[in-house]
Amino acid sequence: MKFAYFPGCSLKGLGRGYEESLLPVLRHLGVEFEELDDWNCCGATAYMAIDESKACVLAARNLALAERAGLREVLAPCAACYLVLNKTKHYFHDYPAMKLRIDRALAAVKLSYAGETPVRHPLDVLLNDVGLDAIKQRVVRPLKGLKVAPYYGCQIVRPYATFDDQENPVAMDLLLEALGATVVRYPLKTKCCGGSLTGTVPRAGTRMVYILLNEARKRGADCLATVCPLCQFNLDAYHAQVESRYGTPVLPTVYFTQLMGLAFGLPEDQLGLRRAAVRLTWRPPDPAATPAVAPAPAVDAAPS
Amino acid sequence: MVSSSTDVRVGFYVCHCGHNIGSIVDCPAVAHYVESLPNVVVSRDYKYMCSDPGQELIQKDIAEFRLNRIVVASCSPLLHERTFRAAVSAAGLNPYFFQMVNIREHVSWVHTDATAATDKARALARAAVLRVAAHCALEVKRVPVHPDVLVVGAGIAGIHAALTLANAGRKVFLVEREPTIGGHMAKFDKTFPTLDCAACILTPKMSEVGTHPNITLWTCGEVVKLDGYVGNFTATIRRRPRYVNEDLCTGCQECIARCVFKEAKFPDAFNERLGKRKPIYIPFPQATPQVVLIDPEVCLNFKRGTTTVSGRCKRTCVDACGERHAIDFTQTETTGEIKVGTIIVATGFQTFDVKRVPQYGYGTFPNVYTALEVERLVNASGPTAGEVVLRDGHRPQAIGIIHCVGSRDKKTNRWCSRVCCMYSMKLAHLLKEHTGAEIYNFYIDIRAPGKSYEEFYDKLNEEGVHFIRGRVGEVTDWAMRDEEEGKLVIRVEDTLAGFVRRIPVDMVVLSTGLEPQADAQQVRRLFNMSCGSEGFFLERHPKLAPVNTFTDGIFIAGCCQGPRDIPDTVAQAGAAAAEAMALIDRGYVEQEPNTAYIVPDDCSGCKSCVPLCPYTAITFDEATKKASINEALCKGCGTCVAACPSGSIHQHLFEDEQVFSEIEGLLVHS
Repeated sequence: MKFAYFPGCSLKGLGRGYEESLLPVLRHLGVEFEELDDWNCCGATAYMAIDESKACVLAARNLALAERAGLREVLAPCAACYLVLNKTKHYFHDYPAMKLRIDRALAAVKLSYAGETPVRHPLDVLLNDVGLDAIKQRVVRPLKGLKVAPYYGCQIVRPYATFDDQENPVAMDLLLEALGATVVRYPLKTKCCGGSLTGTVPRAGTRMVYILLNEARKRGADCLATVCPLCQFNLDAYHAQVESRYGTPVLPTVYFTQLMGLAFGLPEDQLGLRRAAVRLTWRPPDPAATPAVAPAPAVDAAPS
Repeated sequence: MVSSSTDVRVGFYVCHCGHNIGSIVDCPAVAHYVESLPNVVVSRDYKYMCSDPGQELIQKDIAEFRLNRIVVASCSPLLHERTFRAAVSAAGLNPYFFQMVNIREHVSWVHTDATAATDKARALARAAVLRVAAHCALEVKRVPVHPDVLVVGAGIAGIHAALTLANAGRKVFLVEREPTIGGHMAKFDKTFPTLDCAACILTPKMSEVGTHPNITLWTCGEVVKLDGYVGNFTATIRRRPRYVNEDLCTGCQECIARCVFKEAKFPDAFNERLGKRKPIYIPFPQATPQVVLIDPEVCLNFKRGTTTVSGRCKRTCVDACGERHAIDFTQTETTGEIKVGTIIVATGFQTFDVKRVPQYGYGTFPNVYTALEVERLVNASGPTAGEVVLRDGHRPQAIGIIHCVGSRDKKTNRWCSRVCCMYSMKLAHLLKEHTGAEIYNFYIDIRAPGKSYEEFYDKLNEEGVHFIRGRVGEVTDWAMRDEEEGKLVIRVEDTLAGFVRRIPVDMVVLSTGLEPQADAQQVRRLFNMSCGSEGFFLERHPKLAPVNTFTDGIFIAGCCQGPRDIPDTVAQAGAAAAEAMALIDRGYVEQEPNTAYIVPDDCSGCKSCVPLCPYTAITFDEATKKASINEALCKGCGTCVAACPSGSIHQHLFEDEQVFSEIEGLLVHS
């Protein structure tokens, strides 16, 4: 079964590192997908705040396109897209007035939406469709020694906790452990990243970023792993402001798919790692170079 | 059997029920209409038919007009069918020549259009008038009630019910799953609001149970099968082996001291796993019966996880027991049958599993405790002898008590567990007394609706216990300030102050709610009871039959019916005992005659009906090749009547002619 890949604006813009790592990882694991043809804005941000029905109509057009293309499930890697698409589906089923508006708007462009297509996050697909065992089998360079703080942000478990616990999600924890990384217990895993406050009220926004980075650092993390382009941007791009106000040490924030790419031994220059302001320089050790018990390495250690 | 309709003389009465019916249904019009129906001799409307004058009206008419059929259109038969049948019977008529029409719950309370409602009342009245003409005289059978009682569960509810009955001279079988009686109450330290010691008030009752000549106590036992009906139940009870002969053990506990395990090293369930015990142990000092038991899971004598002898144990306990010969490794599971007339189910509750709210950190942070653990921690006979010491060895200086964990929460359990506010405040008082720590209660609402309960809340306020109104968001070790380092931080929106607070504490107590037992559904099926949507056993009527179930002769008491505190539990257990006694003292039960019966000549012997009967009332006689129905077991559900392919099964009060007449009355407009 093929997924309708819905990149949304982020994965084509600021979050390109996410797309650049996600797609090779999916292909590597044999997950079939195709990018949804003629997709449009998911309806998040300003639309949702100003007029919910406009946001839902926009989202519903994408869902209708996926249904028309005969693709059974939508894959939405951006947490904001994932939330709005799910919310639209929920409103479509539970609020007749909203359903009417959506139906009318889509009819005007000769589309229709049945409300069936599941909207799923890659973390869910990787954990529950592909499975941890299959992922473990693909790990050729375990992330041994890398301490990761798993950071989920708010949108993939709230309010629609379709695949994980709302209060204490663990899907990424399990995934990172399967990759061989050390997962740091990070109680702020669903705290707010600052959202758009970093732009609108920088004092408040950067303080939230500081809290997240500082706590991860205090707990000995080498980096944070995230599932959301906005979280990654906030934790990555405001380092200068955070440092000048609070003097926090530098801590990279990467997409969980980038860590998967590294563990799978995919070409690291193609995982979008260089797009970050604060780059992760750590690389998994080459298992062939450091055998645990064997006397002498047969091959010289590759420079990392 | 069906009487001819030529001599049928019907009296019809429609009740206004004050405004309940009269404000929607035009009662005089209904009475007037019914006058025109066949066989009707008298048709009247009256304000309250169930009142004494209403009943006398019927009786007078029966005498005056020689009525032989009565129809009353009023409320639900559940409410007053008995009343009217009794009235009819007193006037010398067979009570089954009476038919009731429900025009309150089925008409006036659910409709707003007066004209349509009156039409519906007319149709229902017409149906009953036609039906009642086909009624026959039926006889109510009396079945004797066995005088013995089975009480299931020996917490405070079961104990109180058993003692009440036993002191009244009844023989009681008390069955308890655990190795000792006492239930949850035995684990508590003090009781609210009087702060009297739970053990001091409970253990005398426990030992009275243990020694009472009228009580047969079976611990380590479970009811596994129940047959029969009110007055005549047969219960099968299975008992797990204790590996100690209850009659020979004196409770000296020398065996425990001599066990090959020098140290107690296995988690002790009675102390909520905070303490340790040996493989041979007694649950707690005042356990009843005062008999040790052996845990085959950890005893060296047994191969791990089996009951086969390993030969690895020196059996020093047997040596210690000596001449008493109480220890018996050959014991096996036993089952026995008992006959009783009535049953009281008092199987209690379980506490909410706090792992379901991971944001409160139980299991992650060692200093987060459940309330029941804290009960043991403050208890003088608990694992720390009443010293409140945390798992990390420190004495707490600040303690947070989180109310409503697994209560009043749409994500877990929606109901209020009723006891948590009060026991939280009790623990607050005890913890303050033991440690002098600052105590913070986090509550949604304080619910203190009992005698002296509100006063207890006032007392706590005076003692300087803090109350912060708000549902706690999380318990975390994320420190934002220096004073929070190394502490548990409780994050909560203080809804009275209107901002989010962070309270650093050393110890967190989760006030867990009450839930139905994990196996409540199995128990429900076993005793043929119903459960409410939340899983607690359902009473027959929430106000007027709170200890009865929908199965006659089976009563419920205590928290298996819903969360309640000790005073309410004891009151309910007493009520259940009284209900059982009422049946026993009367000595018989009357059986509704609406049972099914088989016309043997028509029975083809196909056996279709036998497996369909939910009450196993149908047997098949291989000699005559005919099925027959035990009237005492039949509940009149009608399943077999509908299923019989040869039409040989009939049912009293639901004869074809009666049902078809009723349908005709409903559907044929005149």
